[in-house]
Formats: sequence, structure tokens, C-alpha cells
Amino acid sequence: MNLKTLAMAGALGMAACAAQAEVKVGMITTLSGGGAGLGIDVRDGFMLALEQSGRTDIEVIIEDDQRKPDIAVQLADKMIQSDKVDVMTGIIWSNLAMAVVPGAVAQGKFYLSPNAGPSALAGKGCHPNYFNVAWQNDNLHEAAGAYATDINSTNTFVLAPNYPAGQDAVTGFKRTFRGNVVGEVYTQLGQTDYAAEIARIRSSVADTVFFFLPGGMGISFLKQYADSGVKKPLIGPAFSFDQGILQAVGDAALGVKNTSQWNKDIDNPTNAAFVASFQEKYGRLPSLYASQGFDTANLLISAVESADVNDPDAFRAALEAADFKSTRGDFAFGNNHHPIQNIYVREVIKEGDVYTNKIVGTALENHADAYAPECRM
Amino acid sequence: MRREPLLNATVFLGLLAVPLWAWAVDEPFTITLATRVAILALAGVGLNLALGLGGLVSLGHAVFFGIGGYAMGILASHAQSYSALIEWPVLIEGTKSMPVIWLVAMGASGLAALAIGALSLRTSGVYFIMITLAFGQMFYYFAIGWPAYGGEDGLSIYVRNGFPGLNTLDPIQFFAICYVILGLALWVFSRLACSAFGLALGAARQNAERVMAVGIAPYRLRLVAFTLSGVITGLAGALFADLNRFVSPVMFSWQTSGEIMVFVILGGVARLFGPVIGAVVFIFLEHMLGGLSEYWHIYLGAVLLVVVLFARGGIIGLVAGRERRHD
Amino acid sequence: MSLILFIEQILNGVQFGVMLFLMAAGLTLIFGVMGLINLAHGSLYMIGAFAAASVAGLTGSFGLALIASLAAAAAAGALIELTVIRRLYDRDHLDQVLATFALILIFSEGTRWAFGSFPLFLEIPPYLSGPVTLPGGIEYPLYRLAIIGVGLLVAAGLFALIARTRIGIQIRAGESDREMIAALGINISALYTTVFALGAALAGLAGALIGAIQSVQVGMGEPVLILAFVVIVIGGIGSIKGALVGALLVGLTDTLGRVLLPAVFSQFMAPQAASSVGASLASMSIYILMAGVLVMRPSGLFGKA
Repeated sequence: MNLKTLAMAGALGMAACAAQAEVKVGMITTLSGGGAGLGIDVRDGFMLALEQSGRTDIEVIIEDDQRKPDIAVQLADKMIQSDKVDVMTGIIWSNLAMAVVPGAVAQGKFYLSPNAGPSALAGKGCHPNYFNVAWQNDNLHEAAGAYATDINSTNTFVLAPNYPAGQDAVTGFKRTFRGNVVGEVYTQLGQTDYAAEIARIRSSVADTVFFFLPGGMGISFLKQYADSGVKKPLIGPAFSFDQGILQAVGDAALGVKNTSQWNKDIDNPTNAAFVASFQEKYGRLPSLYASQGFDTANLLISAVESADVNDPDAFRAALEAADFKSTRGDFAFGNNHHPIQNIYVREVIKEGDVYTNKIVGTALENHADAYAPECRM
Repeated sequence: MRREPLLNATVFLGLLAVPLWAWAVDEPFTITLATRVAILALAGVGLNLALGLGGLVSLGHAVFFGIGGYAMGILASHAQSYSALIEWPVLIEGTKSMPVIWLVAMGASGLAALAIGALSLRTSGVYFIMITLAFGQMFYYFAIGWPAYGGEDGLSIYVRNGFPGLNTLDPIQFFAICYVILGLALWVFSRLACSAFGLALGAARQNAERVMAVGIAPYRLRLVAFTLSGVITGLAGALFADLNRFVSPVMFSWQTSGEIMVFVILGGVARLFGPVIGAVVFIFLEHMLGGLSEYWHIYLGAVLLVVVLFARGGIIGLVAGRERRHD
Repeated sequence: MSLILFIEQILNGVQFGVMLFLMAAGLTLIFGVMGLINLAHGSLYMIGAFAAASVAGLTGSFGLALIASLAAAAAAGALIELTVIRRLYDRDHLDQVLATFALILIFSEGTRWAFGSFPLFLEIPPYLSGPVTLPGGIEYPLYRLAIIGVGLLVAAGLFALIARTRIGIQIRAGESDREMIAALGINISALYTTVFALGAALAGLAGALIGAIQSVQVGMGEPVLILAFVVIVIGGIGSIKGALVGALLVGLTDTLGRVLLPAVFSQFMAPQAASSVGASLASMSIYILMAGVLVMRPSGLFGKA
């Protein structure tokens, strides 16, 4: 905890000019233990955008939540009480976001989510100071459902961990899928062996399989599925196919379709520059999470340029305008401050020695989340 | 050997002085840290009753910590949404009153400790460690998969619960509540340790056969100690949930059990102030080492290793020497 | 559910049990001989998997990767035995738990420091990949059959080692009376280092074998460690036979629980709720099994009271 990195925007920002910073940003993210890869990507993407902007009036305080909700709450208290930050960001996991965000926005802070988008914060629980730059949690699953419908899948088998995000994934998938769900299996969180589930998939009449198994769970499932000889096509959200994970899955992932709001081959100058500069600075391809961190920082910079953070109404309006160049191309917020965006279908390919994704189609165009109508603000 | 009482007094007053100083210079986060220390120390005092006095190495105390936390979370969330907890056969509504929540937390965790203890105490040694761990895992997976109260997402309570006559949202006032409760728990612990019950319990730890020979049943002694221990840890859980205004299944995880145990061992097993000193040092290390490196767990591990290998009897043992023999 | 599917699920349960046995065997051996609870056993499993993934990445040979996993885990085991563990033999379980917990922290973050935060790649060799058709028309992955084979070989090897070899005699003698075998002129500390390294090597082998079909990542050892403890506690700590029986019981309970419980609940609940409640209960099932066994037999099935 308390990895205290006072990082000034700009390469020479190490000078002691903290007092001059006009906007103080508190970033709570996961930098140690399991899941650290995601937090590191968000942080790196965010800091890259700040560095490229050349601004010296944005100060970022980065702390490691160790993926523990109580630590995240404690860090939020510290940032609000001691560091007196104006804007908070960085949280990766929905359960940590639920622990921190309601309290932070209630105390008048702005929160820009670079990853988690729990449904509770998108519908009745929406808040004027809460902005989600990534997606509402259901979005990518809804896109998977739409894609399965598009390819005329009539029977599908769904697989997700037995926790709220897993149940939401299945709900999101079913919302857009027009065929039958012939099997619905919830696995244990952190499960490593999927032989029993794969046997059920093999014996079912399903013609496609939708699965949401983030992190190591997805790696284990993909390897075991590929080795089982079951040939039913897999569909999943991008989380099991991001740049950091794919290299560990290898050939087992080749050809699998997955849904994402971003990919490195989205054709716009911002994205091309982002991919090139990220690769140059950090020596690896950017992931989905890095693009979200990058967009979050650019949204913040666009608001700082046009409004004073000490005038909440003006600053909020500047954020709502979302007047920045996103790596995703067009970007707009809906009434509940969640993105309205295209969600693409990607396919896992191999470029030279590196496993990566390429876009093969669009699953949903200008898609808003299902909870927006419930949000009153 | 008068150094231990002196050390205890210093630590206890220090734990009061630091937040008071922070209050004076307007450093609210330091008060929050001190509150965290007091609450985790309270959880440790609970475990120390079973572990130190009773020799019962429980790797499942997160169960009681979590039950206390969920008692707070469930009652407060119902009060927050104005929905009844139970409508039939009698109407029970949620509450935002701390004393009521504490009683429920203590009652629920006490019952759980009684049931778990009654089953687990049939075993001993490593088997006892592992069966308590098994119960912890059961509660953990149940809490994650149980959708009614948020599952893995946990429950957020937007406003801290109230205590008559105090503004609990003010960090220093909430600290005061936790500090007083910690003091009371330490007093109870010291009285228990010197009572006939405590002495019999200690004797059962050292030589169960002899205790049985004088007509005392060690099983009952241990069951009472384990239940009391669960009650205190449960109360700490309710306070911890109020500190964070949040509960989640992480409170039930085996890592939480491990951390509570680390406080006790780090400070000194069976010492009155063992858990307090352990919690102070642990939070301090977490805070300081975290600033040094992303890989601070390596240093934390090294410190723990050195304490176990070279400072037998924990930090108190190191400073105050080995425990005096009670003959 | 068809009979064929049911038989396949039983096979899956056995296979999962054998995977757990590979991990549990070293743990129970170390406890039986030295009386030590080693929470860092999961770290040795992780070291085996990381060593295998690194060597496989460099050489492309799965055989060399397995040898590397054995060597790396045995070396790490011998190292911690010589520096830390041997100071813990005469301590109580509490000190052992804390010290080995500290070792987990050091190993996990040390590995992350050396290899980064992203999972590593380790794949099944081509000659073991893909399914084979068993009698009755069951298609079953060859690699999983190979794991069952290796597990049974390890079990047989351990039984033979303990029953028939000189070191086995020393191990058995050490279990019953440490002072006496030291007095008989046997170098007890060398024996302990050997046994610890052997247990570590078994954990490393398990990590490499299982890593090929799972995710090779920091922290991969802890979930397996807890399951391995459940196994040896059910079987009776220190008993290799107990570990084998316990592993099979846990593997079958877990697999069949995951398959059958949701089906049972779907008889009287909506599909989504039944699946979710069934899964919750299934994830608790092995702990319920363990608590049940201990309440009935406080020293496990084959443990010495």
C-alpha cells in the first residue's frame, strides 16, 4: 500500500513544483499481487497521455490497493482527507469501485472510471460526478450476445464464475441473444480445472459457447478446451483475450471471437499514435486497459483545459462534453455518464511471434447501456 | 522484569497521543490509521484469548470478523433502504444505531463460535488449525455466491452508523469509541487471564491430563474461551465495517485470518498487549514499506521471518524478556 | 444425464484427485517425517511451473522443462530448509505457520519481480495433446490420462521408497523416534534436507504438469495449497495412503458436486438461481466433507491419533 509516487506530468516534472499544481488526481489501482498487470497497464496508459500533453499543472498521486476493498477505502480516505485530491480514478475491479466510488462522489470528488462499470452505478445509483470512460460492465457481454445472434447460433452454452460480475455477464449476454440457452453453468471463483464443465459442453446440443472467465481462469479454460477436442466455437468478452494474457494462452486462443470496444487496429490517427508511442515507451503492445487509461487521462486533460476544477458545475459540463480525441474514434457520454460507443468483434491472430487481435466486424453500433433510462440526474 | 507494563503503558498512551496530535494539526488520515490499528488490535485481542490463553490455533477467526461486519452491513443496508429485515413472524427492521449493531454482531458471532467450536474442539493440533480453516472457507464461498447482500461486490453503507451523543463521522470521535472498546476488551482479557477460569484454561493448554485429573473438563473450558474469543473478534468486525463503511467477503478470507494471527504472534502470544503492539507494528510497516517499493511484500516477509526466527515471544518478548513463570 | 457422461465425470473427478495427490504427497511426507506445517509448499509448486515455462520457452522441450521443474523446486526446497526451515522443527505449529507464511510473501513477490506481472506460457507437448477415444466412446484428453499415470507412478514410487529402501527405513524410524535414530549415527539433518527437497521436487513436478493446462502465474500455488491441506487432513497427516484416498475423495466430491448439485436444485428452482445456488453449495462441499470427516474421526481417515 501507499506506493507513493508523486508523478508530475511532463518528463521533467520531477521538480518540486507540487504547490503549483492546479488539479490533483488520486489514482487507486492494483499494482501488486494477482491482477497487477491490469492496474499497471491503466497507470502506464494514463501517465503516457499526461506526458504527451506536456501539462505541468496536473499532479497524480498513485497508490496500490492490492486488490483489497478495505485497503482501497482506506486509500480513498487518505486521498480525500490528507492529499485533498480533486479527481479520483484508477480502480480496476467492480467490487473495489463499489466500495470507493459512492463515498468519494458523495464528498464532492469527481471519479473517472478507467475500467469497472458496475450496474449499480449506471442505473438508479448514477451520480453527476461519476464518469465511466471504459464501458458499463454488461456492454461487452451484450455485444457477444448480438454477435452470437448474427452468426445464427440457435443453441448456446454459457459459463461464468459464480459472483455478481459473472451473473451480470450472463444477464447481459441473454439480453441480446435471440437463440436458446441450453446450458448455464456457474463456476467457482478462481477455479482452475474445467474438465467437468467441458464434458457437459461436449454432450450438450449447443452450437456455440459463451464464456466470461477473467484472468487466470480464462487461460486455464482456453488451454483445457483446446486440448479437449471440442470444436464448438467460443465467444467471449475481451477480458480473456487482452494483450497481456494472450501470450500465455498461445495457439489455444487462435481464431476465437471476442468482443471489445477497442483494438490496436481501429483506424484513426490518435489510436495509431497511441499504439506506436506506448510500444516505444514501455516495450510492449498496449492492452485494452492501457487504452482506457490513456482515454481517461485525455478526457481529464480536455476538461482541465476548458474549465476550473474548483467550479464543479463548469468542470462537470466540460467532462460531459467529452471533447477529446479517443483511441476509439468517436466518443460520447450518455445521460448516465457512460459511453455510447461501437463494440467490435475481434479475432485472435498471430502476427509473427506475437498473439494479438484483429477486428472482423461490428457487433453493436453506438451502443448505450441498458440501465441509462433508470438514471435520473 | 518490570519492563513489560512500562512498554504496555507507553504503547497504549501512544496510541491515544498520535491521533490527538493528528487532530490538533488537522491530519485526519493519521486518525483513520490509528482507528484501524485499534480495531485490528481488538480483533487480535479476541484471537489472543483462544490462541494465547487457550492454545487454540484458529486459522478461521475471519469467520467471526466477517459475521460482525455483515451484521453491521445487513442491518444498516436495510435501514438505509427503509426495507424490513424480516416481515414474518415478527417485523424486524434494520438499524443505524451502533450499540444495537454491536449487540447483534456479538450475539451472531458468539453463536457461530459456539457451533464451530463445539465441532472443531473435538480435534487438536494441526487438525484443529485445518478444520477452522475449512469453516472459514465455507463462509467465504457462501458470502461470494450469496446474491442477496451483494455477493463478491459487498455492501456499501453511505453514512457511518450513529452512537447516541456523538458525531461518528468526525474521525476523532469514532476513534474515541474504538479506543474505549479496545481498553475495555483489554481489561476483560486481563481479568480473565488471572481468574480461576483463565488459570484452568492455561493449565489445560500445558497439560490437559492433569486438568482432567482434578475434575475439570478441558473441552468445556476451551469451548467457552473460543466463544468469548469469537464474540470479541465479531465486535471488531462490526467496527471495521463501520470504519470503511463497507463490507465484503474479503473479511471472511483465510488471508484475513492469517493477518489477525500475524498481529498476535508479531506482538507476542498470550501477552496482554501482544495484539496491540502487533497491529501497531504491522500497520506501520505496511505504511512505510509500501512507500519504498512495489515489491514491499518481500520486505514484510523478511521482517516476519526475522521476528519468528530470532525474537521468540514476539516484540514484547524481545523488549521485555521471556514471560515470568507463574508458579 | 447419460451414463457415458456420468462415467466421464467420474473419470474427471479421479483425474482431479490425482492432480491434488501430486501436490499433497510432498506436503504429507514433510509433515510426517519432520512434523512441519509448510504453507510455502504452494510456492514450490509455483517455482516448478515457472522453471518449466522458462525452460520450455528457451528449448522447446517438455521433457527438459519437467527436469528443470524438479531441479529448481528441489534446489529451492533445500535452500529454504538449510536457511529457515531447520530452525522451525522444534518450534510449535504457530511459529511454523507464520514463518512459512512469510516465505510465501517473499517467494510470490520475488517471482513477480523476476518474471513480471503477466502469466507465462507453457503448453502441452504435441505428442500428448488432443483427445483419445476410450472404450465406450468417451473422448478424453490424452494429457489428462498421462497425469493420472504419472500420479499413480509417483504413488507407487513413494510406497516403494518408504517400504523397501534404506532411506525409507530411516524415514519411518525418524517418524517414530527422532532422538533414537540420531543416536544410532544417522545424519539426521542430512536426512531432513533430503526429505524436504524430495517433497519440494514433487510439488515442483506437480506445478509443471498442471501448469501446462492451467495458468502459470504468481499466486497459482495458494488455492492448490489449501486444497492439498484439505486432502492430507482428510487422509490423516503423514500418511501417503491417506493422501491418495483423501485426494480421490476430494476430487470426486468437488467434481460430482459441481455437476450434480445444480441439477438437483433445478428440479424445484429457476435455472439461473439453481445453477448459482448449486455452484455455491458445490464450492463449499469439500470443506463440508472435511469438517464431517474430522468430526467423526478427529485424526483423519488414516492418521495416528
